[in-house]
Amino acid sequence: MILLIVLTLTLLIIAYLKDKKRCFRGIVKGCKMFLNILPALLSILAIISILLYLVPQEKLLLLFGREAGLMGWILAALVGSITLMPGFISYPLAGILVKNGVSYPVVAVFITTLMMVGIVTLPVEKRFFGLKAALIRNGFSFLGALMVGSAIGIVWMVI
Amino acid sequence: MKNYLKKNYFDFIIIALFIIFIGVSTIVKFKPGVAIFQINFVSFVKEMIAFLPLLFIIIGLFDEFVEKEKIMKHIGEYSGIKGSVIVILLATLQAGPLYGAFPVAYILWKKGCSIRNIFIYIGAFTTMKIPMLTFEITFLGVKFSLLRTLISLPVFIIIALLMEKILKPLNFEVNDGK
Repeated sequence: MILLIVLTLTLLIIAYLKDKKRCFRGIVKGCKMFLNILPALLSILAIISILLYLVPQEKLLLLFGREAGLMGWILAALVGSITLMPGFISYPLAGILVKNGVSYPVVAVFITTLMMVGIVTLPVEKRFFGLKAALIRNGFSFLGALMVGSAIGIVWMVI
Repeated sequence: MKNYLKKNYFDFIIIALFIIFIGVSTIVKFKPGVAIFQINFVSFVKEMIAFLPLLFIIIGLFDEFVEKEKIMKHIGEYSGIKGSVIVILLATLQAGPLYGAFPVAYILWKKGCSIRNIFIYIGAFTTMKIPMLTFEITFLGVKFSLLRTLISLPVFIIIALLMEKILKPLNFEVNDGK
């Protein structure tokens, strides 16, 4: 937290010295983005608060923890592929999952599919790349996310 | 303000319902409701609301000072590995959801980017955005964030190479999305 405050202040000072106007514009832009994401963030936190109460930690671990094995990975990959969530929200959410005992590789699979695979956005992607290329890209990305998860799992044990 | 309410009306309904639920729970001393609010919600919000404004100020400054247009202008002139490095650089400087990357992919295609570099761009855009990395480090730690980023890099490069191999014989083209 202290590091983040120092970093932000340093960047602000540099930006201010470089160009006052753009520094101010940058701050306004950042605040606007924050306000835009705030309602979605609060509503997701409300839903997650209820869900985490209903699904106790032991259940969550059974689904996504160390013992869940492959099913936990597939489940995380599917949820990540289907849902559409901006990174501003998915990272705080992933942080909550880790604190509740979900393993890092599973979180990596969830985040990577969330970012790379978009089933909901497939119609948009189709318009740019064509259906075939869009399907292939999403398929490869799904497998790629599982690879990223496994690699993190292996490296995590080594380091 | 009106626009703001309109755009986020669904979220506001959920928040309003949640507030009513918590309020009623507190009055009638419904234990699960009180626990949901005090144990889960309050601690989540406390943790995030402290970090988020700072992170967004960093992202705002980043967006204002990094001149992406300059990079875009010359992107078609580079080919091969140099071109790949530049599209990755461009992608890491951006922010936003996946569907925001497709129009940029179209512009890159128009400027002469190869199939491989188009998909390297998409891959980098989805996994290595620097503004998002500040979020990731804050909530998941440096070790995880760096590991995930470094591991994702070869994975999406392989995906891009495979895409090129498959799509090149098929007369693949990026369309303008209309």
